[in-house]
Amino acid sequence: MIESRGLTKLFKDKKRGEIRAVDNVSFLCKPGQIYGLLGANGAGKTTTLRMLATILEPTNGTAVVCGHDVIEDPQKVRANVGFLSAATALYPRLSSQEMVEYFGRLNGLEETTLKKRIDDIFGRLDMNSFRDRRCDKLSTGMKQKTSIARTLIHDPQVMIFDEPTLGLDIMTARTIIDFIRECRQRGKTVIFSTHVMSEVEKLCDTIGIIQSGKLLAEGSLAELRERYKENDLEEIFVKIVAPLYTNGEAA
Amino acid sequence: MSLQNVGIVYRKELREALRDRRTLISSLLVPLLLFPLLTAGLGVAISALLGKAKEEIPKVMIIGGEDSPRLLEDLHNLKKIEIVPLASNWKEQIINKDIRAAVGVPTGFESDLAQQKPVTLKIYNYNGDLKSSLATSVIQEHLESFRSNIVKESLSAKNVPESVLKPFAVEEQNVAPPEKVGGAAFGGVIGYMVILLCMTGCMYPAMDLTAGEKERGTMETILSSPISRTHLVLGKFFLVLTTSLVTAALSVTSMGVSFWVLERLHAFDKAGSDAAQMQLSIGIKQVLSIFIMVLPLAVLFSAGVMTVSLFAKSYKEAQSYITPLMFLVIIPAVCAMLPIDLNAKLALVPILNASLLCKELVVNTYHWNYIAIIFLSTCIYAAVALFLAVKMFQREHVLFRS
Repeated sequence: MIESRGLTKLFKDKKRGEIRAVDNVSFLCKPGQIYGLLGANGAGKTTTLRMLATILEPTNGTAVVCGHDVIEDPQKVRANVGFLSAATALYPRLSSQEMVEYFGRLNGLEETTLKKRIDDIFGRLDMNSFRDRRCDKLSTGMKQKTSIARTLIHDPQVMIFDEPTLGLDIMTARTIIDFIRECRQRGKTVIFSTHVMSEVEKLCDTIGIIQSGKLLAEGSLAELRERYKENDLEEIFVKIVAPLYTNGEAA
Repeated sequence: MSLQNVGIVYRKELREALRDRRTLISSLLVPLLLFPLLTAGLGVAISALLGKAKEEIPKVMIIGGEDSPRLLEDLHNLKKIEIVPLASNWKEQIINKDIRAAVGVPTGFESDLAQQKPVTLKIYNYNGDLKSSLATSVIQEHLESFRSNIVKESLSAKNVPESVLKPFAVEEQNVAPPEKVGGAAFGGVIGYMVILLCMTGCMYPAMDLTAGEKERGTMETILSSPISRTHLVLGKFFLVLTTSLVTAALSVTSMGVSFWVLERLHAFDKAGSDAAQMQLSIGIKQVLSIFIMVLPLAVLFSAGVMTVSLFAKSYKEAQSYITPLMFLVIIPAVCAMLPIDLNAKLALVPILNASLLCKELVVNTYHWNYIAIIFLSTCIYAAVALFLAVKMFQREHVLFRS
């Protein structure tokens, strides 16, 4: 379970002064459901997810992840979260297996448990053919699978995906989408950000539309269609964000 | 659990470092090869070139001197030089290195000598050219003995004993044991090299583990794991410290071996005999003392370089920050090679204090009060640097600087 309570993040910029990247954002993600954070570039998606993953500390507000407060107990939050984004790269000089082992150990797994889990995940994701290959020698698809294995190694209850398909080819992106679905089937709480409408339509139980750091609308796809009298998600999105949209907004 | 996490990060960083060619070159290969190449290689090359230069019989011209047959005969009989006929472009020939020097003999040189009038001989040479300098010293040496013969003849003609020229003798006697003489000569250099290599040894890994990690995009990955940032920075720091100390240890070993080989080979004929009087015997005790003193300094360097590098967005940017930092290390380390003695104030100046102390430790001199001040002050500086590194790792705008 993720409960965001008025999450706010301010950044100081020499040229632009104080930037309100995330502004009083509150929402609830339940286990076995996928919450999609939909927004344009610079809308505040990454900052919100980084705060949930305790990589950034909120300026105001807080969030509770799996019963742990992101400000009070960030380490326990991270122990219950699997975080995957386009920016979470792999260590080039470690092999695929060493990479996953490293994160397993950092999550406090015993060596015997770690070995079992690695064998299980590598088998499930069909990674055995490249488990000893260095990460800098892997194809994009292999790298993504290694990243997935890295997020799964400690069997977290919450999965956070920040634009996980950004820059990937269709086949690799499909692996990620299937993986997100599988997380839901396993009863995990899933939140993911994207600006790709089709991904949201395919996956999300609840959609949150964010712009200029503000959560402007929230609901299931059906609810949003009903509320904005539009069938096409893209049209709904434009209707909601257009009044606040400024090109090149950064988060 | 916490120390275990530091160990997990350390082992992972060590594994990556051992697989990184650039780290292996900067931390292992350079210190291992630098001294043999610098000392033995360069020494042998210089000695060979000097030997070759000395073997050459320099061509010399004599300007004038037709009315001074004794001097001319004397110079012609000198086997270490070859007198060649005078040419009008003798200056040009010296500059073009066709001849090495020319001796200018004034008209009436010998008759003026006989009348005890003051008279000057001139040696024309190419200042700064080694072979020309060698020719000049051969001529000077010979003219010195020519002058001394004339003085002796003059004294003898007047029945004055030669001893009048040298009423008393001055003799220099070294009382310091050979290893102290050697230490005084090389101590400053050893301190400088150990300190410098301590710094260069930690530079590459420190940049790779901070700015490099940001550049590769693995910083966000590791920050999403449950490890605390303090443990993460400590794991990284211990790896940087290890490379710094390994580089320093290898450089000292390599330096010791190079000196030993050089001494055995007697590469320099003159320097070889000097080396016999300036034995540089560094025992286990000195090595350990130097290492104990260098340890807080290595902590200071490792933490300092990590702090600065972490601020950079990329490896290249980190390099541009670290290069000026190198001067802050080199300048005080070089100062220790100057004739400066350790005192209470200097014992508080970071780097310079350790460098000056190395000079004393090499010669087995232990000023315990200074050692305590230096060790404690460097420990404090190191602790501050490490604290800053840890703090820096907790600052979001540094970690996610864009």
